[in-house]
Amino acid sequence: MLSQNYKKDFKILNKSENDMRLVYLDNAATTQKPDAVLDAVSRYYTYDNANPHRGVYELAMRATDVHENARHVIAAFLNAERDEEIIFTRNATEALNLVAYSYGLANLKAGDEIAVAVSEHHSNMVPWQRVAEVTGAKVVYLYPNESGEYTKEELTSKIGRTTKILAMAHVSNVLGIENPVKLATRLVHQNGGIAVIDCAQSVAHMKVDVRDIDADFVAFSGHKIYAPMGIGVLYGKYALLDSMPPFLSGGDMISHVHESGTTYAKPPRKFEAGTCNLGAEAGLVEAIRYVEAIGLDKIREHETYLSELAVKGLNDLGGVDIYPSVSSKGRSLISFNINAVHPHDAATILDSYGVCVRAGHHCAEPLMERLGIGSCLRASFAVYNDIEDVDVFIRSVEQTRKVMGIGS
Amino acid sequence: MDLKNLYSQIITENSRAAHNRRPVPGATVSLEGNNPSCGDDIVLQVKIENGVIEDLGFIGTGCAISQASASLMIDLIKGKNVEEAKELVDLYLRMIKVEADEDEYIDRLEDCSALAGVSKVPARVKCAVLAWHTLEDALNNQNV
Repeated sequence: MLSQNYKKDFKILNKSENDMRLVYLDNAATTQKPDAVLDAVSRYYTYDNANPHRGVYELAMRATDVHENARHVIAAFLNAERDEEIIFTRNATEALNLVAYSYGLANLKAGDEIAVAVSEHHSNMVPWQRVAEVTGAKVVYLYPNESGEYTKEELTSKIGRTTKILAMAHVSNVLGIENPVKLATRLVHQNGGIAVIDCAQSVAHMKVDVRDIDADFVAFSGHKIYAPMGIGVLYGKYALLDSMPPFLSGGDMISHVHESGTTYAKPPRKFEAGTCNLGAEAGLVEAIRYVEAIGLDKIREHETYLSELAVKGLNDLGGVDIYPSVSSKGRSLISFNINAVHPHDAATILDSYGVCVRAGHHCAEPLMERLGIGSCLRASFAVYNDIEDVDVFIRSVEQTRKVMGIGS
Repeated sequence: MDLKNLYSQIITENSRAAHNRRPVPGATVSLEGNNPSCGDDIVLQVKIENGVIEDLGFIGTGCAISQASASLMIDLIKGKNVEEAKELVDLYLRMIKVEADEDEYIDRLEDCSALAGVSKVPARVKCAVLAWHTLEDALNNQNV
């Protein structure tokens, strides 16, 4: 457990919701933003706002510095080899689409395979389905076992010499368990392919080291790590980025434009067409400072503790199915259903106790089909959650069957 | 939020009622309605003869509000003529939008008026209107 309570840093958590104390447990969807991040955004627009890379005046130079400093901070945060490996996008979805449409379209052909974990968020699945349709490549799905884990046997049986791309999340947004991304990356490399790792659900909850994973591409969204919405990051190995065609085209991504044709800027600017979201970049830098000051190892320990406490609480109540029911690995979030209560009714009832949880298919319909459910509830944790939040959560779950008129 | 009003006994009991969960033999219209964001999914079957709705049934899954509203709707609409059914659908949708007169909807919508409380929970409105919009489409699609 973290020794300090971080709720004080988040104004929204100190406001009431439905006249109740807000218990925000939808952190896998988006986290709340600490005052320091909001101040950083405001500071950028108050003192440093101009269009980067364009003006020659002092203010534009300061804006360019904000932009390039953000790139530097993120590169260090992910342990990238160089700053030019960091590309700003709107979110992880856009980053993954960039890889699919730029790298995928240029490198896939009929007969090639794309190995996609079936638990992927739609954003690391649908772009691959679409690119496969255009190129004639085939999507091959990896399946987790009953504990929600991708075994070595499963990986070695699906990743082979025809596998050109592996698409896997570091942590599934439904199962909440760390996937063997290092092993999967090594296997795909041995077969001459590349690995695209979605770190949207890990980057705020554990240390992500792109060189340790040896991933070719890594994507994450700022808004899931206490930064504003509208800023995302793609990390890519420089040689790969340099070899790829542009994704979006227009201003700021060119070297020269003539009537006869265009030459492109080097990465990262080749992939950053149009004006970037500098205010959100400034916020992301502050958000990274915030989690690093607390320590990602401590954050992971704290969230795993709360999550296990909640699993125990749900199991003690009974009448609850947890996905996966048993896990030897720590989970950063809990997906579950309450027997005979539809997740949307449960979420409405929890809301009346001030508890915010997600209900639905979590943009992971193929995994829902594998689990044999249409939808489920998900409670996910962040630095500011505490034991009292877990208590309120468990007590509100206990009320759902009563409200629905089902005997206990 | 008033949970007792939202999940009244009429709603919780009808969400589990089985009598209207069935295919309709000789159905003249069959239409699917779904809420992609939440996974509610129903197929509504209607048998219309000589301008009268002789039979209705639905198959599907969803939350208590969507399932109760489908079943209560069927109880209300069965045996009515098409024009009257259209009026009732319109009245129900206006009730959810808080645009209908309370005395009128309690009188004409009978048990379906138990869903009026949903109007105070905007996130759940789409659950309460799914079956009704599907019926509206079905009635407009058939040639009577």
